[in-house]
Amino acid sequence: MSQLDVAAIRKDFPIFTRTIRDGKKLVYLDSGATSQKPQSVIDAEVDFYSRSNAAAHRGAHQLAEEATEAVEAAREIVANFLGGESDEIVFTKSATESLNLLAYSYTSLITAEDRIVVTEMEHHANLIPWQQLAQRTGATLSWFEVTPEGRLDLSNIDNVITENTKIVSITHQSNVLGTINPLDAIVARAHEVGAVVILDACQSVPHMPINVTELNIDYLAFSGHKAIGPTGVGVLWGRSELLEMLPPFLFGGSMIETVTMTDATWAPAPRKFEAGVPNMAQIVGLGAALNYLSKIGMNNIHLHEIELGSYLLAQLSAIEGLQVVGPVDMQNRGGTISFTFGDIHPHDLGQYLDAQGIAVRTGHHCAWPLTRKLGVAATTRASLYFYNDKDDVDALVSGIIGAKKYFGRE
Amino acid sequence: MELDALYQEVILDHYKHPQHKGLVPTYDAQVHHVNPSCGDETTLNISLDNGSIKSISWDGVGCSISQASVSIMSDLMIGKSVKDAEVILNSFVDLMQSKGLKSGDPQILEDGVSMAGVSKFPARIKCALLGWMAYKDAVLSASSK
Repeated sequence: MSQLDVAAIRKDFPIFTRTIRDGKKLVYLDSGATSQKPQSVIDAEVDFYSRSNAAAHRGAHQLAEEATEAVEAAREIVANFLGGESDEIVFTKSATESLNLLAYSYTSLITAEDRIVVTEMEHHANLIPWQQLAQRTGATLSWFEVTPEGRLDLSNIDNVITENTKIVSITHQSNVLGTINPLDAIVARAHEVGAVVILDACQSVPHMPINVTELNIDYLAFSGHKAIGPTGVGVLWGRSELLEMLPPFLFGGSMIETVTMTDATWAPAPRKFEAGVPNMAQIVGLGAALNYLSKIGMNNIHLHEIELGSYLLAQLSAIEGLQVVGPVDMQNRGGTISFTFGDIHPHDLGQYLDAQGIAVRTGHHCAWPLTRKLGVAATTRASLYFYNDKDDVDALVSGIIGAKKYFGRE
Repeated sequence: MELDALYQEVILDHYKHPQHKGLVPTYDAQVHHVNPSCGDETTLNISLDNGSIKSISWDGVGCSISQASVSIMSDLMIGKSVKDAEVILNSFVDLMQSKGLKSGDPQILEDGVSMAGVSKFPARIKCALLGWMAYKDAVLSASSK
Protein backbone atom coordinates (compact mmCIF):
# COMPACT_ATOMS: atom_id res chain seq x y z
CA MET A 1 0.00 0.00 0.00
CA SER A 2 0.82 3.66 -0.19
CA GLN A 3 3.70 5.16 1.75
CA LEU A 4 1.52 8.07 2.82
CA ASP A 5 -0.06 8.24 6.25
CA VAL A 6 -3.32 9.75 5.03
CA ALA A 7 -4.88 9.81 8.50
CA ALA A 8 -2.01 11.95 9.79
CA ILE A 9 -2.09 14.17 6.71
CA ARG A 10 -5.82 14.83 7.12
CA LYS A 11 -5.15 16.12 10.64
CA ASP A 12 -3.21 18.98 9.03
CA PHE A 13 -6.29 20.09 7.07
CA PRO A 14 -8.83 21.74 9.39
CA ILE A 15 -11.69 21.41 6.91
CA PHE A 16 -11.81 17.66 7.49
CA THR A 17 -13.02 18.28 11.05
CA ARG A 18 -16.32 19.72 9.83
CA THR A 19 -19.30 17.72 8.66
CA ILE A 20 -21.59 18.09 5.65
CA ARG A 21 -25.40 17.96 5.24
CA ASP A 22 -26.58 16.98 8.71
CA GLY A 23 -23.48 15.43 10.19
CA LYS A 24 -22.07 13.45 7.27
CA LYS A 25 -18.33 12.95 6.94
CA LEU A 26 -16.82 15.15 4.24
CA VAL A 27 -15.68 13.09 1.26
CA TYR A 28 -13.87 15.67 -0.82
CA LEU A 29 -13.33 14.49 -4.39
CA ASP A 30 -13.15 17.88 -6.11
CA SER A 31 -9.48 18.79 -5.77
CA GLY A 32 -9.28 19.23 -9.54
CA ALA A 33 -11.44 22.34 -9.04
CA THR A 34 -9.65 23.51 -5.92
CA SER A 35 -7.68 21.77 -3.21
CA GLN A 36 -8.11 22.04 0.54
CA LYS A 37 -5.56 23.96 2.63
CA PRO A 38 -3.37 22.73 5.48
CA GLN A 39 -3.11 24.80 8.66
CA SER A 40 0.47 25.78 7.79
CA VAL A 41 -0.75 27.61 4.66
CA ILE A 42 -3.55 29.35 6.55
CA ASP A 43 -1.04 30.30 9.28
CA ALA A 44 1.42 31.67 6.73
CA GLU A 45 -1.19 34.08 5.41
CA VAL A 46 -2.32 35.07 8.90
CA ASP A 47 1.29 35.54 10.05
CA PHE A 48 2.05 37.77 7.10
CA TYR A 49 -0.91 40.03 7.82
CA SER A 50 -0.31 39.89 11.58
CA ARG A 51 3.43 40.57 11.56
CA SER A 52 4.95 41.63 8.24
CA ASN A 53 2.28 43.44 6.27
CA ALA A 54 3.63 46.31 4.15
CA ALA A 55 3.97 46.98 0.43
CA ALA A 56 6.74 44.75 -0.91
CA HIS A 57 9.43 46.28 -3.15
CA ARG A 58 8.61 49.76 -1.84
CA GLY A 59 9.34 51.78 1.28
CA ALA A 60 12.43 52.18 3.41
CA HIS A 61 11.12 50.71 6.63
CA GLN A 62 11.52 47.40 8.37
CA LEU A 63 8.07 46.07 7.54
CA ALA A 64 8.56 46.80 3.84
CA GLU A 65 11.87 44.96 4.00
CA GLU A 66 10.26 41.96 5.69
CA ALA A 67 7.37 41.90 3.21
CA THR A 68 9.82 42.03 0.32
CA GLU A 69 11.91 39.25 1.83
CA ALA A 70 8.82 37.11 2.37
CA VAL A 71 7.70 37.50 -1.26
CA GLU A 72 11.18 36.87 -2.62
CA ALA A 73 11.65 33.84 -0.37
CA ALA A 74 8.44 32.42 -1.82
CA ARG A 75 9.77 33.08 -5.33
CA GLU A 76 12.84 31.04 -4.45
CA ILE A 77 10.64 28.20 -3.16
CA VAL A 78 8.60 28.16 -6.38
CA ALA A 79 11.76 28.23 -8.51
CA ASN A 80 13.27 25.29 -6.63
CA PHE A 81 9.99 23.41 -6.79
CA LEU A 82 9.90 23.70 -10.59
CA GLY A 83 13.62 23.39 -11.23
CA GLY A 84 13.87 26.93 -12.60
CA GLU A 85 15.58 30.16 -11.55
CA SER A 86 14.07 32.79 -9.24
CA ASP A 87 14.06 35.49 -11.89
CA GLU A 88 12.07 33.16 -14.15
CA ILE A 89 9.12 33.10 -11.74
CA VAL A 90 6.33 35.63 -12.34
CA PHE A 91 3.56 35.86 -9.76
CA THR A 92 0.08 36.44 -11.21
CA LYS A 93 -3.36 36.20 -9.67
CA SER A 94 -4.12 32.86 -11.35
CA ALA A 95 -3.02 30.40 -14.01
CA THR A 96 -5.72 31.98 -16.17
CA GLU A 97 -3.92 35.31 -15.84
CA SER A 98 -0.57 33.65 -16.58
CA LEU A 99 -1.90 32.28 -19.87
CA ASN A 100 -3.62 35.56 -20.75
CA LEU A 101 -0.39 37.39 -19.98
CA LEU A 102 1.40 35.27 -22.57
CA ALA A 103 -1.36 35.57 -25.14
CA TYR A 104 -1.41 39.38 -24.80
CA SER A 105 2.35 39.77 -24.66
CA TYR A 106 2.75 37.76 -27.86
CA THR A 107 0.32 40.00 -29.77
CA SER A 108 3.04 42.12 -31.37
CA LEU A 109 5.15 39.04 -32.15
CA ILE A 110 2.50 37.12 -34.10
CA THR A 111 1.45 37.81 -37.69
CA ALA A 112 -1.33 36.61 -39.98
CA GLU A 113 1.01 34.00 -41.49
CA ASP A 114 1.65 32.34 -38.13
CA ARG A 115 -0.02 29.36 -36.53
CA ILE A 116 -0.93 28.76 -32.90
CA VAL A 117 -1.45 25.17 -31.79
CA VAL A 118 -3.58 23.90 -28.90
CA THR A 119 -5.42 20.62 -28.28
CA GLU A 120 -9.06 19.62 -28.16
CA MET A 121 -8.71 18.78 -24.47
CA GLU A 122 -7.84 22.29 -23.28
CA HIS A 123 -9.53 23.98 -20.37
CA HIS A 124 -11.20 27.19 -21.58
CA ALA A 125 -8.35 29.09 -19.88
CA ASN A 126 -5.86 27.62 -22.34
CA LEU A 127 -8.14 27.88 -25.37
CA ILE A 128 -9.94 31.22 -25.40
CA PRO A 129 -6.81 33.40 -24.88
CA TRP A 130 -5.32 31.76 -28.02
CA GLN A 131 -8.57 32.07 -29.98
CA GLN A 132 -8.49 35.75 -29.15
CA LEU A 133 -4.82 36.11 -30.04
CA ALA A 134 -5.56 34.46 -33.40
CA GLN A 135 -8.47 36.86 -33.94
CA ARG A 136 -6.36 39.91 -33.03
CA THR A 137 -3.50 38.97 -35.32
CA GLY A 138 -5.15 37.01 -38.12
CA ALA A 139 -3.06 33.96 -37.20
CA THR A 140 -4.46 30.46 -37.67
CA LEU A 141 -5.49 28.43 -34.65
CA SER A 142 -5.05 24.69 -35.11
CA TRP A 143 -5.21 21.78 -32.71
CA PHE A 144 -4.46 18.17 -31.94
CA GLU A 145 -7.61 16.08 -31.86
CA VAL A 146 -8.59 13.69 -29.08
CA THR A 147 -9.15 9.99 -29.75
CA PRO A 148 -12.27 8.19 -28.45
CA GLU A 149 -10.00 6.71 -25.72
CA GLY A 150 -9.22 10.22 -24.51
CA ARG A 151 -5.63 10.44 -25.79
CA LEU A 152 -4.07 13.06 -28.03
CA ASP A 153 -3.91 12.00 -31.67
CA LEU A 154 -0.33 12.80 -32.63
CA SER A 155 -0.39 10.81 -35.89
CA ASN A 156 -0.43 14.02 -37.93
CA ILE A 157 1.96 15.97 -35.71
CA ASP A 158 3.94 17.38 -38.66
CA ASN A 159 0.76 18.74 -40.22
CA VAL A 160 -0.50 20.28 -36.99
CA ILE A 161 2.82 21.84 -35.97
CA THR A 162 4.07 23.35 -39.24
CA GLU A 163 6.97 25.57 -40.23
CA ASN A 164 4.70 28.56 -39.53
CA THR A 165 3.84 27.53 -35.99
CA LYS A 166 5.04 30.02 -33.39
CA ILE A 167 3.21 28.86 -30.25
CA VAL A 168 2.22 25.41 -29.00
CA SER A 169 0.16 25.67 -25.82
CA ILE A 170 -1.06 22.40 -24.34
CA THR A 171 -2.33 20.96 -21.11
CA HIS A 172 -0.03 18.61 -19.24
CA GLN A 173 -2.88 16.68 -17.66
CA SER A 174 -6.49 16.97 -18.79
CA ASN A 175 -8.77 18.34 -16.08
CA VAL A 176 -11.61 16.20 -17.47
CA LEU A 177 -10.03 12.96 -18.70
CA GLY A 178 -7.05 12.70 -16.37
CA THR A 179 -4.89 11.99 -19.42
CA ILE A 180 -1.23 12.94 -18.99
CA ASN A 181 -0.01 14.08 -22.39
CA PRO A 182 3.31 12.83 -23.78
CA LEU A 183 5.47 15.91 -24.28
CA ASP A 184 8.69 14.66 -25.88
CA ALA A 185 7.47 14.42 -29.47
CA ILE A 186 5.50 17.66 -29.24
CA VAL A 187 8.41 19.60 -27.72
CA ALA A 188 10.85 18.18 -30.28
CA ARG A 189 8.63 19.08 -33.23
CA ALA A 190 7.81 22.55 -31.83
CA HIS A 191 11.46 23.39 -31.29
CA GLU A 192 12.34 21.99 -34.70
CA VAL A 193 10.13 24.67 -36.31
CA GLY A 194 11.16 27.38 -33.84
CA ALA A 195 7.91 27.48 -31.84
CA VAL A 196 7.69 27.94 -28.09
CA VAL A 197 5.97 25.32 -25.92
CA ILE A 198 3.66 26.57 -23.20
CA LEU A 199 2.48 24.05 -20.64
CA ASP A 200 -0.79 24.45 -18.75
CA ALA A 201 0.35 22.54 -15.67
CA CYS A 202 -2.59 23.31 -13.37
CA GLN A 203 -3.41 19.61 -13.05
CA SER A 204 0.15 18.31 -12.99
CA VAL A 205 2.26 20.60 -10.77
CA PRO A 206 0.15 19.78 -7.69
CA HIS A 207 0.23 16.05 -8.39
CA MET A 208 3.64 14.92 -9.69
CA PRO A 209 7.30 15.92 -9.73
CA ILE A 210 7.83 18.58 -12.41
CA ASN A 211 11.15 19.85 -13.65
CA VAL A 212 10.95 22.49 -16.35
CA THR A 213 14.54 21.88 -17.45
CA GLU A 214 13.96 18.16 -17.94
CA LEU A 215 10.68 18.79 -19.76
CA ASN A 216 12.58 21.19 -22.05
CA ILE A 217 9.53 23.47 -22.31
CA ASP A 218 9.56 27.27 -22.62
CA TYR A 219 6.73 28.46 -20.37
CA LEU A 220 4.62 26.87 -17.66
CA ALA A 221 1.50 28.10 -15.84
CA PHE A 222 -0.09 26.78 -12.68
CA SER A 223 -2.42 28.05 -9.99
CA GLY A 224 -1.73 28.15 -6.27
CA HIS A 225 -5.17 27.13 -5.09
CA LYS A 226 -5.07 23.73 -6.80
CA ALA A 227 -1.73 23.04 -5.07
CA ILE A 228 -3.02 23.45 -1.47
CA GLY A 229 -2.10 27.15 -1.69
CA PRO A 230 -4.32 30.21 -1.37
CA THR A 231 -6.66 31.52 -4.04
CA GLY A 232 -5.57 34.68 -5.82
CA VAL A 233 -2.06 33.57 -6.71
CA GLY A 234 -0.82 31.93 -9.87
CA VAL A 235 2.60 31.36 -11.36
CA LEU A 236 4.11 31.85 -14.76
CA TRP A 237 7.51 30.31 -15.30
CA GLY A 238 9.36 31.30 -18.46
CA ARG A 239 12.89 30.79 -19.77
CA SER A 240 14.85 33.88 -18.74
CA GLU A 241 15.88 34.79 -22.31
CA LEU A 242 12.22 34.62 -23.41
CA LEU A 243 10.97 36.70 -20.49
CA GLU A 244 13.65 39.25 -21.28
CA MET A 245 12.45 39.53 -24.91
CA LEU A 246 8.70 39.46 -24.16
CA PRO A 247 6.89 42.82 -23.85
CA PRO A 248 4.90 43.39 -20.65
CA PHE A 249 1.13 42.93 -20.42
CA LEU A 250 0.02 44.99 -17.42
CA PHE A 251 1.50 48.44 -16.89
CA GLY A 252 1.81 50.47 -13.71
CA GLY A 253 3.79 50.72 -10.52
CA SER A 254 6.96 48.74 -9.85
CA MET A 255 7.27 47.26 -13.34
CA ILE A 256 9.23 50.23 -14.67
CA GLU A 257 12.83 51.31 -14.87
CA THR A 258 12.29 55.01 -15.75
CA VAL A 259 9.17 57.03 -16.52
CA THR A 260 8.71 60.41 -18.22
CA MET A 261 5.45 62.15 -19.14
CA THR A 262 5.47 60.50 -22.55
CA ASP A 263 7.28 57.20 -22.19
CA ALA A 264 8.61 54.51 -19.89
CA THR A 265 11.12 51.69 -19.87
CA TRP A 266 10.72 48.38 -18.12
CA ALA A 267 12.35 46.74 -15.15
CA PRO A 268 14.00 43.37 -15.87
CA ALA A 269 11.87 40.23 -15.63
CA PRO A 270 10.13 39.09 -13.53
CA ARG A 271 9.33 42.59 -12.20
CA LYS A 272 8.32 43.85 -15.66
CA PHE A 273 5.34 41.45 -15.50
CA GLU A 274 4.30 42.30 -11.93
CA ALA A 275 2.63 45.71 -12.07
CA GLY A 276 1.03 46.87 -8.83
CA VAL A 277 1.47 45.68 -5.26
CA PRO A 278 1.51 41.88 -5.51
CA ASN A 279 -0.85 39.49 -3.68
CA MET A 280 1.75 39.22 -0.95
CA ALA A 281 -0.06 37.14 1.66
CA GLN A 282 -1.16 34.70 -1.02
CA ILE A 283 2.35 34.46 -2.46
CA VAL A 284 3.70 33.75 1.01
CA GLY A 285 0.93 31.17 1.49
CA LEU A 286 1.90 29.52 -1.78
CA GLY A 287 5.48 29.22 -0.54
CA ALA A 288 4.19 27.44 2.56
CA ALA A 289 2.03 25.19 0.39
CA LEU A 290 4.92 24.08 -1.81
CA ASN A 291 7.05 23.49 1.29
CA TYR A 292 4.30 21.25 2.64
CA LEU A 293 4.07 19.33 -0.64
CA SER A 294 7.87 18.93 -0.77
CA LYS A 295 7.85 17.58 2.78
CA ILE A 296 5.32 14.91 1.76
CA GLY A 297 7.26 14.32 -1.45
CA MET A 298 5.87 14.87 -4.94
CA ASN A 299 6.79 11.37 -6.01
CA ASN A 300 4.97 9.91 -3.00
CA ILE A 301 1.93 12.00 -3.89
CA HIS A 302 2.05 10.82 -7.48
CA LEU A 303 2.37 7.15 -6.50
CA HIS A 304 -0.44 7.46 -3.97
CA GLU A 305 -2.75 8.95 -6.58
CA ILE A 306 -1.87 6.28 -9.13
CA GLU A 307 -2.61 3.56 -6.60
CA LEU A 308 -5.86 5.14 -5.45
CA GLY A 309 -6.85 6.01 -9.02
CA SER A 310 -6.27 2.43 -10.04
CA TYR A 311 -8.55 1.27 -7.21
CA LEU A 312 -11.22 3.84 -8.17
CA LEU A 313 -11.09 2.82 -11.85
CA ALA A 314 -11.50 -0.85 -10.92
CA GLN A 315 -14.44 -0.08 -8.62
CA LEU A 316 -16.14 2.14 -11.20
CA SER A 317 -15.70 -0.41 -13.98
CA ALA A 318 -17.63 -2.93 -11.90
CA ILE A 319 -20.73 -0.72 -11.76
CA GLU A 320 -23.25 -1.65 -14.43
CA GLY A 321 -24.18 1.24 -16.70
CA LEU A 322 -21.22 3.37 -15.67
CA GLN A 323 -18.99 4.61 -18.46
CA VAL A 324 -15.58 6.11 -17.75
CA VAL A 325 -14.88 9.07 -20.06
CA GLY A 326 -11.14 8.97 -20.64
CA PRO A 327 -8.38 6.37 -20.37
CA VAL A 328 -9.49 3.22 -18.51
CA ASP A 329 -6.04 2.27 -17.25
CA MET A 330 -3.48 4.20 -15.20
CA GLN A 331 -0.94 4.36 -18.01
CA ASN A 332 -0.05 8.08 -18.42
CA ARG A 333 -3.03 9.13 -16.40
CA GLY A 334 -3.65 10.91 -13.11
CA GLY A 335 -6.29 10.51 -10.44
CA THR A 336 -8.96 12.62 -12.13
CA ILE A 337 -11.74 10.38 -13.39
CA SER A 338 -14.85 11.47 -15.29
CA PHE A 339 -17.80 9.25 -16.02
CA THR A 340 -21.41 9.05 -17.05
CA PHE A 341 -23.92 6.77 -15.35
CA GLY A 342 -26.83 5.41 -17.37
CA ASP A 343 -29.56 8.00 -17.80
CA ILE A 344 -28.89 9.72 -14.48
CA HIS A 345 -27.80 13.23 -15.35
CA PRO A 346 -24.50 14.25 -13.69
CA HIS A 347 -26.17 17.20 -11.99
CA ASP A 348 -28.67 14.86 -10.35
CA LEU A 349 -25.98 12.34 -9.42
CA GLY A 350 -23.85 15.13 -7.95
CA GLN A 351 -26.82 16.36 -5.91
CA TYR A 352 -27.48 12.87 -4.54
CA LEU A 353 -23.80 12.40 -3.68
CA ASP A 354 -23.78 15.80 -1.96
CA ALA A 355 -26.60 14.60 0.27
CA GLN A 356 -24.20 11.81 1.36
CA GLY A 357 -21.42 14.34 2.08
CA ILE A 358 -19.54 13.53 -1.14
CA ALA A 359 -18.24 16.50 -3.15
CA VAL A 360 -17.74 15.89 -6.88
CA ARG A 361 -17.79 18.17 -9.90
CA THR A 362 -20.46 17.91 -12.58
CA GLY A 363 -20.89 19.55 -15.98
CA HIS A 364 -18.52 20.25 -18.84
CA HIS A 365 -15.63 21.24 -16.51
CA CYS A 366 -14.75 24.37 -18.51
CA ALA A 367 -13.76 22.16 -21.45
CA TRP A 368 -16.91 22.39 -23.55
CA PRO A 369 -15.30 21.56 -26.93
CA LEU A 370 -13.91 18.36 -25.39
CA THR A 371 -17.17 17.09 -23.92
CA ARG A 372 -18.90 17.98 -27.20
CA LYS A 373 -16.29 16.00 -29.14
CA LEU A 374 -16.73 13.00 -26.86
CA GLY A 375 -20.49 13.19 -27.34
CA VAL A 376 -21.40 13.77 -23.70
CA ALA A 377 -23.35 16.83 -22.58
CA ALA A 378 -21.87 16.60 -19.12
CA THR A 379 -19.94 14.21 -16.89
CA THR A 380 -19.44 13.59 -13.20
CA ARG A 381 -15.82 14.00 -12.14
CA ALA A 382 -14.05 12.64 -9.09
CA SER A 383 -10.57 14.09 -8.64
CA LEU A 384 -8.24 12.55 -6.08
CA TYR A 385 -5.48 14.09 -4.04
CA PHE A 386 -3.00 12.88 -1.46
CA TYR A 387 -5.46 13.46 1.41
CA ASN A 388 -7.95 10.98 -0.09
CA ASP A 389 -7.99 7.31 0.82
CA LYS A 390 -9.81 4.09 0.00
CA ASP A 391 -12.65 5.02 2.35
CA ASP A 392 -13.36 8.04 0.15
CA VAL A 393 -13.45 5.85 -2.95
CA ASP A 394 -15.72 3.31 -1.22
CA ALA A 395 -18.07 6.11 -0.15
CA LEU A 396 -18.27 7.35 -3.73
CA VAL A 397 -18.98 3.89 -5.09
CA SER A 398 -21.77 3.19 -2.61
CA GLY A 399 -23.11 6.68 -3.27
CA ILE A 400 -23.32 5.96 -6.99
CA ILE A 401 -25.13 2.68 -6.35
CA GLY A 402 -27.47 4.48 -3.95
CA ALA A 403 -28.26 7.08 -6.60
CA LYS A 404 -29.34 4.35 -8.98
CA LYS A 405 -31.87 3.10 -6.44
CA TYR A 406 -32.99 6.63 -5.62
CA PHE A 407 -33.61 7.86 -9.17
CA GLY A 408 -34.74 4.47 -10.45
CA ARG A 409 -37.77 4.45 -8.13
CA GLU A 410 -41.14 4.37 -9.86
CA MET B 1 -34.58 14.51 4.11
CA GLU B 2 -33.71 17.63 2.13
CA LEU B 3 -33.08 15.60 -1.00
CA ASP B 4 -36.67 14.35 -1.08
CA ALA B 5 -37.87 17.96 -0.85
CA LEU B 6 -35.88 18.59 -4.03
CA TYR B 7 -36.77 15.46 -5.96
CA GLN B 8 -40.55 15.35 -5.58
CA GLU B 9 -42.35 12.48 -7.30
CA VAL B 10 -44.04 14.99 -9.60
CA ILE B 11 -40.64 16.17 -10.81
CA LEU B 12 -39.30 12.70 -11.48
CA ASP B 13 -42.57 11.89 -13.23
CA HIS B 14 -42.27 14.86 -15.58
CA TYR B 15 -38.60 13.96 -16.13
CA LYS B 16 -39.47 10.42 -17.17
CA HIS B 17 -42.54 11.45 -19.16
CA PRO B 18 -41.84 14.96 -20.43
CA GLN B 19 -44.81 16.91 -21.82
CA HIS B 20 -44.70 18.74 -25.17
CA LYS B 21 -41.16 17.54 -25.85
CA GLY B 22 -40.32 17.33 -29.55
CA LEU B 23 -40.24 20.48 -31.66
CA VAL B 24 -43.25 21.17 -33.92
CA PRO B 25 -42.19 22.48 -37.34
CA THR B 26 -44.33 25.62 -37.40
CA TYR B 27 -43.87 28.40 -34.88
CA ASP B 28 -43.90 32.18 -34.46
CA ALA B 29 -40.63 32.26 -32.55
CA GLN B 30 -37.83 29.87 -31.70
CA VAL B 31 -35.26 30.41 -28.98
CA HIS B 32 -32.26 28.45 -27.77
CA HIS B 33 -31.10 28.83 -24.18
CA VAL B 34 -28.12 27.27 -22.43
CA ASN B 35 -26.98 27.05 -18.86
CA PRO B 36 -23.27 27.81 -19.26
CA SER B 37 -22.41 26.44 -15.84
CA CYS B 38 -23.48 22.89 -16.69
CA GLY B 39 -24.07 22.77 -20.44
CA ASP B 40 -27.82 22.12 -20.27
CA GLU B 41 -29.66 23.30 -23.39
CA THR B 42 -33.25 23.95 -24.37
CA THR B 43 -34.72 24.89 -27.72
CA LEU B 44 -38.28 26.18 -27.50
CA ASN B 45 -40.87 26.93 -30.20
CA ILE B 46 -43.91 29.05 -29.49
CA SER B 47 -47.02 29.99 -31.49
CA LEU B 48 -49.45 32.70 -30.43
CA ASP B 49 -53.03 33.17 -31.51
CA ASN B 50 -54.88 36.37 -30.71
CA GLY B 51 -53.04 37.11 -27.46
CA SER B 52 -53.09 33.50 -26.32
CA ILE B 53 -50.45 30.79 -26.32
CA LYS B 54 -51.48 28.35 -29.01
CA SER B 55 -48.58 25.98 -28.70
CA ILE B 56 -45.26 25.43 -27.02
CA SER B 57 -42.91 22.65 -27.96
CA TRP B 58 -39.35 22.09 -26.86
CA ASP B 59 -36.35 19.85 -26.99
CA GLY B 60 -33.20 19.76 -24.94
CA VAL B 61 -30.75 17.99 -22.72
CA GLY B 62 -30.40 18.51 -19.03
CA CYS B 63 -30.86 17.30 -15.50
CA SER B 64 -34.18 16.15 -14.07
CA ILE B 65 -34.86 19.58 -12.58
CA SER B 66 -34.37 21.48 -15.84
CA GLN B 67 -36.25 18.94 -17.94
CA ALA B 68 -39.17 18.58 -15.53
CA SER B 69 -39.41 22.32 -15.15
CA VAL B 70 -39.76 23.01 -18.86
CA SER B 71 -42.30 20.19 -19.09
CA ILE B 72 -44.35 21.66 -16.23
CA MET B 73 -44.07 25.15 -17.72
CA SER B 74 -45.31 24.03 -21.16
CA ASP B 75 -48.25 22.22 -19.62
CA LEU B 76 -49.19 25.31 -17.64
CA MET B 77 -48.81 27.94 -20.34
CA ILE B 78 -50.47 26.34 -23.36
CA GLY B 79 -53.98 27.74 -23.79
CA LYS B 80 -53.40 30.67 -21.39
CA SER B 81 -53.52 34.29 -22.42
CA VAL B 82 -50.09 35.94 -22.58
CA LYS B 83 -51.25 38.16 -19.70
CA ASP B 84 -52.19 35.23 -17.43
CA ALA B 85 -49.00 33.46 -18.40
CA GLU B 86 -47.03 36.47 -17.18
CA VAL B 87 -48.63 36.11 -13.75
CA ILE B 88 -47.66 32.43 -13.69
CA LEU B 89 -44.11 33.23 -14.78
CA ASN B 90 -43.67 35.92 -12.13
CA SER B 91 -45.11 33.64 -9.47
CA PHE B 92 -42.65 30.88 -10.42
CA VAL B 93 -39.65 33.21 -10.45
CA ASP B 94 -40.73 34.54 -7.05
CA LEU B 95 -40.94 30.96 -5.73
CA MET B 96 -37.44 30.16 -7.04
CA GLN B 97 -36.01 33.22 -5.30
CA SER B 98 -37.68 32.40 -1.98
CA LYS B 99 -34.74 30.46 -0.45
CA GLY B 100 -37.13 27.74 0.69
CA LEU B 101 -39.45 30.13 2.56
CA LYS B 102 -42.40 29.91 0.17
CA SER B 103 -44.37 26.91 -0.97
CA GLY B 104 -46.02 28.45 -4.04
CA ASP B 105 -49.69 28.98 -4.92
CA PRO B 106 -51.08 25.71 -6.32
CA GLN B 107 -53.98 27.64 -7.90
CA ILE B 108 -51.51 29.48 -10.10
CA LEU B 109 -48.58 27.10 -10.41
CA GLU B 110 -50.28 23.68 -10.25
CA ASP B 111 -47.46 21.08 -10.68
CA GLY B 112 -45.02 23.99 -10.51
CA VAL B 113 -45.26 24.02 -6.69
CA SER B 114 -43.34 20.74 -6.70
CA MET B 115 -40.31 22.89 -7.61
CA ALA B 116 -40.46 24.77 -4.28
CA GLY B 117 -37.64 22.65 -2.81
CA VAL B 118 -35.28 23.78 -5.57
CA SER B 119 -35.13 27.27 -4.07
CA LYS B 120 -33.12 25.85 -1.14
CA PHE B 121 -30.35 24.75 -3.52
CA PRO B 122 -28.79 27.89 -5.06
CA ALA B 123 -26.87 25.89 -7.66
CA ARG B 124 -30.09 24.38 -9.02
CA ILE B 125 -32.28 27.47 -9.38
CA LYS B 126 -30.78 28.15 -12.81
CA CYS B 127 -31.70 24.60 -13.84
CA ALA B 128 -35.32 25.17 -12.87
CA LEU B 129 -35.47 28.55 -14.58
CA LEU B 130 -33.85 27.50 -17.88
CA GLY B 131 -37.11 26.61 -19.66
CA TRP B 132 -39.02 29.51 -18.10
CA MET B 133 -36.45 32.05 -19.28
CA ALA B 134 -36.60 30.47 -22.73
CA TYR B 135 -40.38 30.92 -22.63
CA LYS B 136 -40.04 34.57 -21.53
CA ASP B 137 -37.65 35.26 -24.39
CA ALA B 138 -39.80 33.38 -26.93
CA VAL B 139 -43.09 35.05 -26.04
CA LEU B 140 -41.45 38.48 -26.25
CA SER B 141 -40.01 37.65 -29.64
CA ALA B 142 -43.32 36.22 -30.93
CA SER B 143 -45.36 39.17 -29.58
CA SER B 144 -43.15 41.72 -31.29
CA LYS B 145 -43.84 40.21 -34.71
